[in-house]
Amino acid sequence: MSEQQEETPIEEKTNGSPKPTSPNSDLKLDFASFWEYSSAPESSDHVEIPDRYDHFIDGKFTSPVKGRYMKSINPASEDVLTEFAEGTSEDVDKAVKAARKAYEKTWSKLSARERGKYIFRLARMIQERSRELAITETLDGGKPIRESRDVDVPLSAAYFFYYAGWADKLDYAFPGRKVKPVGVCGQIIPWNFPLLMLSWKIAPALAAGNTVVLKPAESTPVTALKFAEICRDAGLPDGVVNIVTGAGQTGAEIVNHPDVDKIAFTGSTEVGKIIQKSLAGTDKKFTLELGGKGPNIVFEDAPIDQTVEGIINAIFFNQGHVCCAGSRLLVQEGISERLVNKLKDRMETLIVGDPLDKNTDIGAINSKAQYDKINQYLEIGVNEGAAMYQSSCNIPERGFFCRPTIFTDVSQSNRIVQEEIFGPVLTIQTFRTPDEAVEKANNTPYGLAGGVWTDKGSKIFNAGQKVRSGVVWSNTYNKFDPTSPFGGYKESGIGREGGLHGLYPYVTLS
Amino acid sequence: MSTSTLPDFRQTFPIDKIGVVERVTRLNKRSIKKESKIQGLKLALSMIDHTTLEGKDSPGKVIQLCQKARQPYAQMPELPTVAAVCVYPNMVSTAKKALRGTDIKVASVATAFPSGMATLQAKLDETQFAVEQGADEIDMVISRGEFLKGNYSYVFDEISAVKEACGKAHLKVILETGELETLENVRKASDIAMYAGTDFIKTSTGKIKPAATQPVTLVMLEAIRDFYRDTGQMVGMKPAGGIRKAKEALQYLVLVKETLGAAWLSPDWFRFGASSLTNDLLMQILKQDTGVYQSINYFSND
Repeated sequence: MSEQQEETPIEEKTNGSPKPTSPNSDLKLDFASFWEYSSAPESSDHVEIPDRYDHFIDGKFTSPVKGRYMKSINPASEDVLTEFAEGTSEDVDKAVKAARKAYEKTWSKLSARERGKYIFRLARMIQERSRELAITETLDGGKPIRESRDVDVPLSAAYFFYYAGWADKLDYAFPGRKVKPVGVCGQIIPWNFPLLMLSWKIAPALAAGNTVVLKPAESTPVTALKFAEICRDAGLPDGVVNIVTGAGQTGAEIVNHPDVDKIAFTGSTEVGKIIQKSLAGTDKKFTLELGGKGPNIVFEDAPIDQTVEGIINAIFFNQGHVCCAGSRLLVQEGISERLVNKLKDRMETLIVGDPLDKNTDIGAINSKAQYDKINQYLEIGVNEGAAMYQSSCNIPERGFFCRPTIFTDVSQSNRIVQEEIFGPVLTIQTFRTPDEAVEKANNTPYGLAGGVWTDKGSKIFNAGQKVRSGVVWSNTYNKFDPTSPFGGYKESGIGREGGLHGLYPYVTLS
Repeated sequence: MSTSTLPDFRQTFPIDKIGVVERVTRLNKRSIKKESKIQGLKLALSMIDHTTLEGKDSPGKVIQLCQKARQPYAQMPELPTVAAVCVYPNMVSTAKKALRGTDIKVASVATAFPSGMATLQAKLDETQFAVEQGADEIDMVISRGEFLKGNYSYVFDEISAVKEACGKAHLKVILETGELETLENVRKASDIAMYAGTDFIKTSTGKIKPAATQPVTLVMLEAIRDFYRDTGQMVGMKPAGGIRKAKEALQYLVLVKETLGAAWLSPDWFRFGASSLTNDLLMQILKQDTGVYQSINYFSND
């Protein structure tokens, strides 16, 4: 601007009068001062969550042998949501025995078509109870209702529908091979997508003719127990699906149980390594879906406004509690400043708060432990000399909330660049050439997912093929589909879930 | 603006249509309830360019339209008036007279609306005529044929010339996005119009389908944001054509709020070109007030 004029307040103008110069000299956009959205909470009155949940073993809710219970809290209010049983070796043994009996007596005797019908029924009942499940997921885990309603629950149903279709078509999935189920599957799932991870595990296992013992995470067990109700109401034969709740020790009991034929685990790389060690020397099959530090590569010809939106989806989806999150942004130097400015504007419009409010973009951090861990990493980042920027939004006083955060001026050697934070924290690095981008992207022990943003198709294929990640999205991020396999390279895991590939770990071929 | 250099309009600004549609879908999920709904409905009402652009328009029709603009609903005199009425140049003096004593502006389409198929001189003459008749705002159309054949400097110069002919009147440049077809073209035409000095950019004439859509509007709002960041100047936005429901109007306001912010949430910087939107807004405002929907028969149709 050549001329400096006095600031003119907007309010004083009338319709169509000559326009004033810019309202402020630093050209900041003001997203907050006018027309705030009134609160729009989803009603949770009709959702019944009992004070106490037992294990679901052999088709019945069963008290824990040792009689111990743990508490699940709502991370948005820090109130206790419900109690759930703490599984011991005795409980796990009962569940495995029930699963073995069901496998031998009923489930493996059933025709594939009948098996498919049960799985279709589970899918439909998830749809029928979708509102209740979404609200429960939000109450238990802190994720915004917008996501549990539009992503977690519909996708969970979609996985059941997809694998239900495979149940009577297994001979076509592996042409020329004889397909048999594995047996009893022990499944341990994380707290970031409780119901969705359950469906990724249970749907293919049942479709292939296995029975399961599943343990949900100790901070988010409720939707798995609601799913147990669905199994019961669907008339699924007793013992086909068993849910045992508890913490890490309960998970270890499942992993080490001698009568479990296959282990499927989703969670941290640290625990994944322990599981792999304890499985060494046994003939148990296993799949591990572990951590990540997803590189999101933006070339200078990328559609910039849509890229900003993609970056937001990549790192702030589900508070950043996503193993495939695009947590390392790699931007070509020429557009870095412009992109970061746009990103900061966009971050200002993110609404952080009550997860049940339909306008909330970012909900509560899942647990106190995770909240502490994220804050620790923020401190590490600042101490490492990185420039931290957080949006200026208000956050509730109670509950575990974290403002969306980006770090610039970071280097590849920084801990915040190397280690998985699992929160709404993005690091931003720049690069100059495509090779440099790929090199930085691959310079990590992880290899789960990444993104490439450019207007040019050949660049997508070139960079996309060189990035060592199980999934590479181009011009989008965090898109999931039941037909598409998902899984990692290197320390991000072994095996694939989803699609035809996701059936493979649940069958033996001859 | 004297220090900023003109961008090269032959360069294409990359836009990913799928991403734009996804962004709009996400913004449409904003839940506007209670106080914010009432405030939004009234704001939308105050932003309307109440429009009649038909071959059969007569002074009588225009006077009726102006009456509705002055007092949208007699039973609720405290409601805001609309921002402007929009008519053909030969109806400007009628409208001006009918709106005497109010803040309501008279906007006139000009430059061989809606096709724009005329000589530059004819367009300038028509613009001048409308301004002389008392128009506060001029809604011009761009030469889409010249634009699509890549003659961007022609389009730029034409807008500059019309802007000059407008004198003190505000200029809105209609891109007719339905004929530009791609979002890249929408962005380019927006940039040309803004750098050529327009006060507002506007989607459509209302005579071509599709008229205003939310993805197109979002791309134009983002162009305005970039222009503001690069030059320090605010430009207004007017989606026109096909916006009939109050709910859609609120969705447009959300687009504005979350793209440009509070400063643009004013009739000075955002308008709706519409005719039937007014009554739907009134119905919704009344519903918020009384708790029940009224029959459409209770609302005057002009």
